Amino acid sequence: MPHDHHDHDNHLDPMDARVRALETILTQKGLVDPAAMDRIIQTYAEEVGPKNGAQVVARAWDEPEYADWLARDATAAIADMGFEGRQGEHMQAVFNTDAVHNLVVCTLCSCYPWPVLGLPPAWYKAPAYRSRAVMEPRAVLAEFGVTLPDGQTVRVWDSTAELRYLVIPRRPAGTEGYARAQLAELVTRDSMIGAGLARVPA
Amino acid sequence: MNGPHDLGGQMGFGPVRPDSDAPPFHAEWEARALALTLCAGALGRWTLDESRHARESLPPAIYYNASYFEIWVRALEALLLRHGLVSDTELAAWQGAQAPPHPRRLAPQAVAPALARGGPTDRPLDSAPRFRPGDRVRARVMHPRGHTRLPRYVRGAIGVIEADHGGHVFPDTNAHGGGEAPQRLYTVVFDGAALWGADAEPELQVSVDAWESYLDPA
Repeated sequence: MPHDHHDHDNHLDPMDARVRALETILTQKGLVDPAAMDRIIQTYAEEVGPKNGAQVVARAWDEPEYADWLARDATAAIADMGFEGRQGEHMQAVFNTDAVHNLVVCTLCSCYPWPVLGLPPAWYKAPAYRSRAVMEPRAVLAEFGVTLPDGQTVRVWDSTAELRYLVIPRRPAGTEGYARAQLAELVTRDSMIGAGLARVPA
Repeated sequence: MNGPHDLGGQMGFGPVRPDSDAPPFHAEWEARALALTLCAGALGRWTLDESRHARESLPPAIYYNASYFEIWVRALEALLLRHGLVSDTELAAWQGAQAPPHPRRLAPQAVAPALARGGPTDRPLDSAPRFRPGDRVRARVMHPRGHTRLPRYVRGAIGVIEADHGGHVFPDTNAHGGGEAPQRLYTVVFDGAALWGADAEPELQVSVDAWESYLDPA
């Protein structure tokens, strides 16, 4: 996907004109209010992102009762943190263990849990990831610098319906006694997709 | 439909390019495209399933050459034309006829509540489940010309029911104005070898979420 490359970002893009034209038409026709568009963009550019999911994971590491709730009813447990709504209406949390590593993909489009992770990164939407994650996830993980131990099962969740998956990575060793905010700093976006692991404290 | 979007198991797209700190939008137009799509959707003229089908109906050569938000923009134009909200002439002229605000135009103060509400797809069902966790099922061999959410790479394969999620809106009808026709939704797990034979990686399991009519007992 040549247009996904960063070096194309600042080129004069015909899409820029095409989208401006469409916005003009819809605004003139009273169908779209540009101020509402600004509000949507502000939400996903500044307010909603993987920091939300990191708080969910840190609380699950810190509070066994919360982890149990998350396993039973992720939608309610995540709403308890204030994260809910569009593209997170039906949530499921999947927990990494010694035996199983979870990886999330949407082979058909780009389904992704917006309230906890924000909008998906370019690689998640691109054909390379969508085509390969279900067939050769270990090879894909190697491209993220992740090597799983032999014998560990890789469980790939293809988001084909309106369920949205949040991976709960394993808590790193050496974090006993960490405050929840310190734990949250170890939780990366990729670790909550399953394309990475939680950071190990230095 | 067996469109360009159905990518599981396709080959030749090269390596994944991780970008741990990339912002959600790579250009201003991408942000405007997302917001336009959400605002136009709020007019209520089409379902999320219809908009997905509009994206996957793009010709393969265009789909694979487009960036992700370009796919969204092209599909949005198709939906606006199909539902008579804009005309070919307006799209070509980059000018629309002046009109007062549409009664369902999304207002700035309505954005946060609309995003918080989302669009839940669970629906009550009277019928008993046809399958229970642990049951072996075969994903149907089917090639519908319209929208479906059963990926090609599982069709014909045998898996095991892992979870029953109750009734959910059925995309195959809902994408085509055929109503929500809710059906029971299951998580079905397949062994790697059931999908990819001897070419499967070791210790691989893959699940999809499948509506009841996608499945037969096995």
